[in-house]
Amino acid sequence: MKVFSKVILALVVSCAFVASATAGTLEDVKARGELRCVVTTGLVGFAFPDDAGQWNGFDVDFCRATAAAVLGDAKKVKFVTSTGKTRFTKLNAAEGDVLWRNTTITFSRDVNVKLTFVGVNYYDGQGFMVKKELGVKSATELDGATVCIQTGTTTELNLSDYFKQQNMKYEAVPIETNDEARSNYLSGRCDVYTTDASGLAATRAALPDPSAHVILPEIISKEPLGPAVRQGDDQWADIVRWVLNATITAEEKGVTSANADQMKSSNDQEIKRLLGVEGSQGKELGLSDDWAYNIIKQVGNYGEIFERNIGTSTKIGLARGLNGLWTKGGLQYSPPFR
Amino acid sequence: MSDANLTPKENYTPGNHPDLPPPPGTIGTIGWMRKNLFSTPLNTFLTLLGIATIWVTIPPIFNWAIFNSVWNVASRTECWDQMAYPNEGACWAFVQNRFLLLIYGFYPEPERWRVNLSFLMLILAAVPILFDQVPKRKWALVYSVAFPFIAGWLLVGGFGLNPVDSDKFGGVMLTIIIGVTGITFSLPLGVVLALGRTSNMPALRIVCVLFIEFIRGVPLIALLFIASTMLNYFLPPGSQFNLLMRVLIMVTLFAAAYNAEVVRGGLQGIPRGQFEAADAMGLKYWQAMRLIVLPQALKISIPGIVNNFIGLYKDTTLVLIIGMFDVLQIGRSSLADAEWSGLANEIYLFTALFFFACCFSMSRYSLYLEKKLHTGL
Repeated sequence: MKVFSKVILALVVSCAFVASATAGTLEDVKARGELRCVVTTGLVGFAFPDDAGQWNGFDVDFCRATAAAVLGDAKKVKFVTSTGKTRFTKLNAAEGDVLWRNTTITFSRDVNVKLTFVGVNYYDGQGFMVKKELGVKSATELDGATVCIQTGTTTELNLSDYFKQQNMKYEAVPIETNDEARSNYLSGRCDVYTTDASGLAATRAALPDPSAHVILPEIISKEPLGPAVRQGDDQWADIVRWVLNATITAEEKGVTSANADQMKSSNDQEIKRLLGVEGSQGKELGLSDDWAYNIIKQVGNYGEIFERNIGTSTKIGLARGLNGLWTKGGLQYSPPFR
Repeated sequence: MSDANLTPKENYTPGNHPDLPPPPGTIGTIGWMRKNLFSTPLNTFLTLLGIATIWVTIPPIFNWAIFNSVWNVASRTECWDQMAYPNEGACWAFVQNRFLLLIYGFYPEPERWRVNLSFLMLILAAVPILFDQVPKRKWALVYSVAFPFIAGWLLVGGFGLNPVDSDKFGGVMLTIIIGVTGITFSLPLGVVLALGRTSNMPALRIVCVLFIEFIRGVPLIALLFIASTMLNYFLPPGSQFNLLMRVLIMVTLFAAAYNAEVVRGGLQGIPRGQFEAADAMGLKYWQAMRLIVLPQALKISIPGIVNNFIGLYKDTTLVLIIGMFDVLQIGRSSLADAEWSGLANEIYLFTALFFFACCFSMSRYSLYLEKKLHTGL
């Protein structure tokens, strides 16, 4: 009995530890001097190691931006890699401070998994890719097609919903990985490959002759990808939310990593507040006043991050589309810095 | 005295007839082919089929892997620019550029000599264990026992060396660390478990049976998930328990349970008389085991144990599911680099060759050992 009560005591104490340790992620990160950022183990354009073993990508840059805001140095990040199955436990068990891992925001993840999603850094959606020679111009012409699809994912459900809705039939070719899909698609075992549009673009870019394949205009699902933090730490959630907002506002106001210093003397009050020349917004967040300046100077604004990693100048070649600024017909919209 | 030109007409004294050459077509290459390849219509058909298969498959593989392959370029597009059409040849430049990453993972570059040194020391430590003709074997074995601790210090750092986080471990290095640790620690543990399971003491026997049956009843993946996620909920976040350590423990326990059953099979193969003879000699339990029973039991368990080891070594790739970067995962992540993505064949072939080399040497060593110990009846 004694042993049993000791075990219980240990559990209670450790629970108390959990509670106290998650109370102040910001203090933890500052004390550690390093941000632990949960990223994927590899997704084209979003997070991958380069030849030298350095992590790169769209999500990775947002990790760096968070580190720049909190610690003043974009290099002070430790990348905690996680698979789709372990990502939430890594965050909830405090192995990571923030999750920038192409994670779709859904009701159940927000509510049941006890995460706090703080914004959308990429609006994705499920699309279709076909060979150009088929002459298909729209997804509504896909009746009777064979479709390569990853099993056990939301893409499978979306696809069946869409085809039912359109009163069309399809034959599914179940596959596990992107490479498998690629070879099946190339060998003609399936006419259509369907996955998130960003994934399609990346796959298409790596095909022998990308111009022989088209991505159809229909997007049949909403996949808003965004950062998440543990539930119950509002200050930390605010910080991550405004890191994202700062990059978007910076793009909207034309502040780039190249001109951040000159912009400090701009006449625009919001730019001045953003760069910490006026007001004390950094202090109110619990950061230094030049937090957003550090992000923009060291990592860049939203547009720069996008272009560098997945934009039209890269091999992936994604257009801004939904991820354009709201002023340019997109959905990226930051609340004002006021 | 024999003369091949002698004609049968000539007369010989009895017993002096020279040996005539065998009929043509029954000796030499042609004879061998007739006997082995074309003896029946079915064999003839199978031979021709085999030749056709080789003819169809081998040249394209050689063309792809060697003659049309491309080295020394910086990206997939440059690779494909050098070929008549994409994928005409292997783009080994991918593996070449990623080689250091595939070997060392994210281990910091200036510290990589420590990995190399550990590897050299591993070979030195393994030799006296694997071969018994080594001079001064007793002293060498002391070093072998100390090696895991020396290597641990070298790789992790501290006490004068720069500390390196274990999440920087990756690639071939991580695979070898997990494989070798699992192999070295699971064998003694497995032997102990097998002895426990065959013991006369009920409490000990029940504990061993429960442990073995639990581990054997649960997939390794499930154990790895327990290691990577559930343990965290029980441990306070302040006392971070290193993920690699958790994985090493789980892999070792898993392999130990399987080894225990193989060794138990070996123990059952020892005739009752051997145990009784040991008792009659007045040997204590451990003496009897060490001197009489185990040497025989382990000898007949060799194929099963090595089989387990090979399985364990390949199972180490499962750690990629919990986000660790073994050699296979490094390859998969490398495919996410837009500079190289689409070259899955090259990277998976490299990984396959690596595992083949390791597992094949293990199985050859086991054959050598069996031959030396005259088993394999």
